[in-house]
Amino acid sequence: MSRRALNLIPHAVLILAILLFALPIWIAIAGSTQDSAVIARGEVSLVPNLSGLGVYRDVLMDGSAGAGPVWRALLVSAGMALAIAFGKIALSLPSAYAVTFFRFPFRMAAFWLIFLTLMLPVEVRLIPTFQVMSSLDLINSFTGLTIPLIASATATLLFRQTFLAVPDELVEAARIDGAGPLRFLRDILIPVSGANIAALFVILFVYGWNQYLWPLLVATDPKLDTVVISIVKMIGVDTATEWNKVMATAVLALIPPVAVVLLMQRWFVKGLTEGDK
Amino acid sequence: MAGLELDGLRKSFGTTEILKGVDLALADGEMLVIVGASGCGKSTLLRIVAGLETPTMGRVRIDGRDVTDLDPSARDIAMVFQNYALYPHMSVFDNMAYGLKIRGLPRAEIRAKVDAASSLLGLEALLERKPRQLSGGQRQRVAMGRAIVRDPKLFLFDEPLSNLDAKLRVQMRGEIRRLQRRLKVTSLYVTHDQVEAMTLGDRLLVMHRGVPVQLATPTEVFERPADTYVAGFIGSPAMNLLPGRLGRNGTMVTVAGADIDLGSRRFDRPDGFPVVLGIRPEHVVLDASGMAWPVEVVELLGSEMLVHAGRPGEAALTLKLANGAPMGDTIRVAFPAAHLHVFDQASGLRMEA
Repeated sequence: MSRRALNLIPHAVLILAILLFALPIWIAIAGSTQDSAVIARGEVSLVPNLSGLGVYRDVLMDGSAGAGPVWRALLVSAGMALAIAFGKIALSLPSAYAVTFFRFPFRMAAFWLIFLTLMLPVEVRLIPTFQVMSSLDLINSFTGLTIPLIASATATLLFRQTFLAVPDELVEAARIDGAGPLRFLRDILIPVSGANIAALFVILFVYGWNQYLWPLLVATDPKLDTVVISIVKMIGVDTATEWNKVMATAVLALIPPVAVVLLMQRWFVKGLTEGDK
Repeated sequence: MAGLELDGLRKSFGTTEILKGVDLALADGEMLVIVGASGCGKSTLLRIVAGLETPTMGRVRIDGRDVTDLDPSARDIAMVFQNYALYPHMSVFDNMAYGLKIRGLPRAEIRAKVDAASSLLGLEALLERKPRQLSGGQRQRVAMGRAIVRDPKLFLFDEPLSNLDAKLRVQMRGEIRRLQRRLKVTSLYVTHDQVEAMTLGDRLLVMHRGVPVQLATPTEVFERPADTYVAGFIGSPAMNLLPGRLGRNGTMVTVAGADIDLGSRRFDRPDGFPVVLGIRPEHVVLDASGMAWPVEVVELLGSEMLVHAGRPGEAALTLKLANGAPMGDTIRVAFPAAHLHVFDQASGLRMEA
């Protein structure tokens, strides 16, 4: 076989894979512009009906049967995802700093305790966490929505690995230069791990954005509906589902995480692949 | 006044004793090179002086002030690391200025100090660059600049040239020496490279297994090594060390069946006393009536050649000869008495006549 033909095979595989991933998204985009009844009959056309684009304005402003306006849900989702991403970073950065650079009693015990929480994601401790939130009167509040999702070991572990890769000499040079622990963290460690922080931010934002179970449980107030919850609520059991609106909302729900990934892509890849420097 | 004094310095990690008592005094402005194989404790010694390790016992005094319990930043020292340890996200200027910023110096003064140091090192054009945009030699210079701007009482160098290629190493070696002479700052320089040690130091401290074995000028260390370890470590290729026995009232040594005259020296030991005879490869001379050695390998070095001779399983001899010297299967050589070193075989220590 010629070299050219050999080159075609990987391309064919790649194109096939892209189609496989893109098709459902395209169906959602095309379907959102079509008539709800047509979709319900399973006769979705792959050609978008441009005159039906008004549905986006409708769901954004007015929502659909069973769910409020989507702009509000998007705002709640964005707030939750940002709070979780920033909260996790703010929490795990100092804790990873402590277990990596300082010698204190029970340092490894602390590390393993943090590590153990990896085995206890929110889904596992759902009932007790709900109990705690309930006793603290945090049900149906933004705080109750985000706080339990912030506590996590993943970010701490990732930062620890990043920090372990920082050469000892860098730490020592800073000590000789007279940088105290907080200064070292601010002036050197955080800038040096910038790419990793960005990468983690992307992962955590998407993680927060996609949360479903906990928001469903802790926030019954429609004002706190995330966009993921909204989509589910739109799919009525008794009433007729406005499928075009469901698809439009799904498309809208897709945009922010994709935007974050695209915007931070350069950093994201750097943080995942580059060691030090 | 002494620039640096070490007083009975000891360091153990767990049950392993790394430093077994080091006393040392550096004159103001002196450059002392600590040299030894890896694991001899030289880096630990430097790190204790820097304050990055605490000694198990002993005191460190810099410029007369006891700094043993002080933080590195309070010791008025600057250190140049093997991998430079530049802050990767800071420009060259910020790398040099960082320590001064922390000390709260006014902006204008920092600017002036960094400018002075960078012109001294030829870094003016690079001040805005990041370390990763610099070559190895330039990074090394920035690391030096960071040390210089601090205006410290003591410079510490931890194998600063090991990461450079051979040519650059020679060049930077000269620069470090010139700079140190010019700034007249007391310096402690750690290296495993004996050429660096010989060329840089006002004095050398040869360390072996946590013990200082010889402290002397480079010439003295080369010409009168204190024991067989120093003799074999300093000088390249290494000194020939041949076991033998004293004879003829301590005026000659029998080595591999041949009697070698010690010239005017006479050692006050009984005949048959076990010794080690040392002679550097460059001091061995061809002599048609001398002892015969079978030639094993000849290495051409350009203007010179190295000849490895010896019988398998017996004493080996290395000679450095001018290129083109007549060469056969065997070689006849003589050991000029003036260049012979005699060591006690049991203790390894140098014997004086």
